[in-house]
Amino acid sequence: MTQTTLPPVEKTQPVSAPHGTISDRSRSERKLGWLLAGPAFLVMLGVTAYPIIQAVYESLFAYRLTDPTNREFVGLSNYGVILTDQLWWTALGVTLLITVITVAVELVLGFALALVMAKALKSIRPVVRAAILIPYAVITVVSAFAWQFAFDINTGFVNSWFAWIPGVSADTDWFGDTGTSLLVVCLAEIWKTTPFISLLLLAGLAQVPEVLQEAAKVDGATWWQRMVKVTLPNMKAAIMVALLFRTLDAFRVFDSIFVMTGGANNTESVSFLAYRQTISRLEIGLGSAVSVLLFLSVVLIAALFIKGFKVDLASARGER
Amino acid sequence: MSRKEKIWWWVGGLAIVVYCLFPIGWIVALSFKSAGDLNSGEFLPNGATLDNYSLILTGDASELFLPALRNSFGICLIATAISCLLSMFAAYAIARLDFPGKKMVLSTALVVAIFPVISIVTPLFNVWRQIGLYDTWPGLIIPYLSLTLPISIWTMSAFFREIPWEMEQAAQVDGATTWQAFRKVIVPLAAPGVFTTAIIAFFIAWNDFVYGISLTSTSAARPVPAALGLFSGASQFEDPTGAIAAAAVIVTIPVVVLVLLFQRRIVAGLTNGAVKG
Repeated sequence: MTQTTLPPVEKTQPVSAPHGTISDRSRSERKLGWLLAGPAFLVMLGVTAYPIIQAVYESLFAYRLTDPTNREFVGLSNYGVILTDQLWWTALGVTLLITVITVAVELVLGFALALVMAKALKSIRPVVRAAILIPYAVITVVSAFAWQFAFDINTGFVNSWFAWIPGVSADTDWFGDTGTSLLVVCLAEIWKTTPFISLLLLAGLAQVPEVLQEAAKVDGATWWQRMVKVTLPNMKAAIMVALLFRTLDAFRVFDSIFVMTGGANNTESVSFLAYRQTISRLEIGLGSAVSVLLFLSVVLIAALFIKGFKVDLASARGER
Repeated sequence: MSRKEKIWWWVGGLAIVVYCLFPIGWIVALSFKSAGDLNSGEFLPNGATLDNYSLILTGDASELFLPALRNSFGICLIATAISCLLSMFAAYAIARLDFPGKKMVLSTALVVAIFPVISIVTPLFNVWRQIGLYDTWPGLIIPYLSLTLPISIWTMSAFFREIPWEMEQAAQVDGATTWQAFRKVIVPLAAPGVFTTAIIAFFIAWNDFVYGISLTSTSAARPVPAALGLFSGASQFEDPTGAIAAAAVIVTIPVVVLVLLFQRRIVAGLTNGAVKG
């Protein structure tokens, strides 16, 4: 994995060539560039830009799929309906809570895992690396079922294993109330995505110059001082990129909630609300408006990260 | 490193392995429990049974599970192949050519990657119904491209940037034809990157749930995660827990095999694409 720290290989330019051929060359290079990158670019645009525009348009109508004749332009009133409804604010609160808890825990736990992996002995490193990829590769729905069954009042083992903890007994119904349901959802999300964060952080750790560590050691810095003053500042870019990606990912939480609670007991997330309005209730107008609001929230979070925390994606990617 | 320190790192590594495998071990244990044993409240089954596996592979639940397995493999493999082909061209252009809009292609990929899937599903659901793509393979393959293309482009261009392209000219100077130079020099250098990207893209498509449940309605195109999610809603069999556990184990086997075979490459691909791109 040392290769991840190498600077990108620059393209070699021809040293001296007549002026005319350069412009010819660069013109054909431009054409070829777009010819090659164009199809992928168009597919990406077509499958995302077009639907979101369609969603914005449809959010302006009162429109039920079961009642297509009464489709009617209502302007922004769908947004008014949603933003004054308790359902939206509950869903937003649940989503924010899950996002904050999972991302915070994942960052700390992921950093610990990365440290262990960085220091793990050569003999066990392949085993640890294979193990850590498994949660990443397992289907979210499968992980959600595993955690749900573990905590389930009938099939689970958690109640009998942890009966010594006050408040836990054979008939503790974890999915019977909002708080405990969300706790299990968070645990499943944390289990599934921490390894990914730890891999990103491990790559960041590898970018911290060894010389600085040695110098700090010689100067008599303790382990903790080296961690806070040398390691963390030098891997800030990696931490920020991991944070940004995970925050946006956590904000879209859907699969685990669908499987574990089905939105019962006020555990609906914003994505789940949008899904329920559109796919289950066929309220295209209202559902589209929720989708647009979700999209705007994601844009807002990304903008906050990039402007507020000055996440420089280009430098993190090793670009000029 | 002292002996004591060694032991501690060893313990740390072991803790990670247990943490990662515990839920998987649990679902495997659950899948071998008999119907009467499901509610025992214990981790391990009292005597293993294959009842759950026969239920989903040959029994009542096989009508739901087997077509879903076929759909998942077919749709994910086709989507992965198309996405790798398209991103191979794009990544080549990004890594090797100089053209205006290079940055724009990369940033578009980033924006698409962070896009909330559910915002796309609502309008797609509507459009697909109108043009007849609802509940068909292409109806899932197309949105899966938007899931897999961004990470494929990023990962592959990171790999392609590190290929010493001058070797192609060197081979030509030594007398190789353009085609020979490409086939004998560039293809072997680029293949690992393409291959790694394909695995990661396959994981992402295989994991999809939102498109799967929203854009399908029958076993004509419904993939495994969606079928699993709906097992509980199906009333054909009483307690679906054992059947779900067995199905979960079966769909986890392919990804575990891929991880065990290609772990080093997958880690390089993930960290390259995300941190460096």
